Amino acid sequence: MISQIIPCLTWLLAASTSLVSLSWIDSLIIAIYFLFVLGIGYYLLRYTKTGDDFFLAGRKMTAWIAGLSFVAANLGSLELMGWAASAYQYGILATHWYWIGAIPAMLFLAIVMMPFYYISKTHSVPGYLKLRFGESSSMLAAVTFGFMTVLMSGINMYAMALVMKVVLGWDIHFSIWVSSITVMVYVVLGGLLSAIFNEVLQFMLIWLGALLVPILGLIEAGGWGGMVAKIHQNFPGGDYTHLWSTLGSFKDNPMGINWVGIVFGLGAIISFGYWTTDFLVVQRLLSAKDLRSAKMAPIIGAGFKMFVPFIVILPGLLGLAVMPHLVSEQQAVATGGQSYNEVLPLMLARYLSPGLLGLGITALIAGFMSGMAGNVSAFATVWTYDIYKPIHNKFKHTEVADSHYVRIGRWTTILGVIVSIGTAYLVQQFASIMDYVQALFSFFIAPLFGTVVLGMLWKRTTAAGGFWGLLAGILSSVGMYIIVKVNPAMLKVFALSSDAKDMAENMYRALWSWLICVGVTVIVSYLTKPKTEAELNGLVRGCTELPSEGHLPLIKRPIFWAGVVLAVFIILNIIFW
Amino acid sequence: MVGESRISIWFFIGSILLIYGIIIFAAGIYQLFNPSFGAGVELHQFHSSLWWGALLIIIGLIYLIKFNPRKVK
Repeated sequence: MISQIIPCLTWLLAASTSLVSLSWIDSLIIAIYFLFVLGIGYYLLRYTKTGDDFFLAGRKMTAWIAGLSFVAANLGSLELMGWAASAYQYGILATHWYWIGAIPAMLFLAIVMMPFYYISKTHSVPGYLKLRFGESSSMLAAVTFGFMTVLMSGINMYAMALVMKVVLGWDIHFSIWVSSITVMVYVVLGGLLSAIFNEVLQFMLIWLGALLVPILGLIEAGGWGGMVAKIHQNFPGGDYTHLWSTLGSFKDNPMGINWVGIVFGLGAIISFGYWTTDFLVVQRLLSAKDLRSAKMAPIIGAGFKMFVPFIVILPGLLGLAVMPHLVSEQQAVATGGQSYNEVLPLMLARYLSPGLLGLGITALIAGFMSGMAGNVSAFATVWTYDIYKPIHNKFKHTEVADSHYVRIGRWTTILGVIVSIGTAYLVQQFASIMDYVQALFSFFIAPLFGTVVLGMLWKRTTAAGGFWGLLAGILSSVGMYIIVKVNPAMLKVFALSSDAKDMAENMYRALWSWLICVGVTVIVSYLTKPKTEAELNGLVRGCTELPSEGHLPLIKRPIFWAGVVLAVFIILNIIFW
Repeated sequence: MVGESRISIWFFIGSILLIYGIIIFAAGIYQLFNPSFGAGVELHQFHSSLWWGALLIIIGLIYLIKFNPRKVK
């Protein structure tokens, strides 16, 4: 998912002029937004006293708040800009990352996995691994997650500053410091509670700021039919408006991928890995007030996620219809033209008059800040509970007060932001770091999903099996990445075709590393002694008595709403087949 | 919503939407009488600031009234 951001940044690095100029009304709207997010953080300070308050928002969130926050934490502006650009480049195929690449995984998380995360009362995903497999698996997951999260936060911060420079002409240092200090202040004050409140606010602003673009774009293009006709007229021979019919082989579509890679690599592994084990998003669900809310939250999130293409993919497609002159970043740099990587801000500038443009830019800034706050709050929790606390307990041998961990959480938030700022400046000097960090992040997602899902669903999985399976999956993923870097010809071995492109390589690497993780976990588990069923109570399916929902009316049951979302998902895929 | 004495997040959202709605609606009114204001954008004849601003005001008011802290208490 993140790989789409890189081409966008490459172009941004080469750009030198700003795309839009803001009026004082637009600046006023942006200033009000900053005042509001800081004000919310300050207001929530009085409600953030205990560790549960700071790290889990007191576990009092309703399904709607947890669900919107869950999907907002993933709705960063680079994601918005990157996928709008992908829609211009690849057409509607980019929608797969919002539909099959998200919806089934979110529903699986809600119905199958959430009960164990919630009933185990874990505060994090590494925390669940500690309960299920012990300290070593937990520490491996915590250290890798913490390290990657803070680096990603820095990269996003730098990327945001670049976007602001290109779109608005703002100074890079100004953007980095103002945005990061704002996020730091409101997360330090209100912890996860403040992050979640602001994410819900940001979610609303993203929708209300970006929604006008597809509406006005469709009016200009003459509706969906008019848009498709214009695309065919502008790009004869290209198929930009079908989701599945061009995925028969690698050669038939510009992504260089086939349906196997999309269904099994993206839909079954990468998306399940991200949505079910990335603590950045799962943390929002752990804040729910009860199990039913925790299960409903990802279903609500899935419902909204399904319609995000309306404000992300559709503007890219509309760009193909009304701005057919956009070119790749290399051509844009060579000819001085405009790149399709800037299609979203260009569409904002095309349709939004003063005031509305400020709202649209605020939507972009809100997206950046929600993603950054997600990274920082998740990092603070994992660092404090999964890294600092075990080490502290080991050496001190004494329990300390809850307020001590809240203090550490606040300091860790400050530390996380400072490291992120450092990373942002490091990336400014060595842009290639971004490629490696993106790759590093992808190494852990698929194997971690294998470890967690086996741990939850198969009681025979042992602590040694969990640890060695996770390690083998990570190492095999790293190994495949290095082999293809050293010898690109090996791509056809891993991705099953010499026509495969980068996207396909990522999909298949995830698939193989997951299979290796699962294989090693199963073998080692059969060779080692499992825990008793009593020890697995609350952690594993078959050893845990789940609360019955039979007494609830149908309309209040999560499984019913999961079925509704699944049905809409299937219908949408058929409509755009 | 999420605590006994805590102001609901929806109240904050209602507040900011109302403020934004008023500013954008006012910009739309100004544009109505000064057609050159924002004339560079496509479809400016639709006066999107006007009706989008009005929509934000309505949504903001609904949230403000429904989640008014005094009423919720």
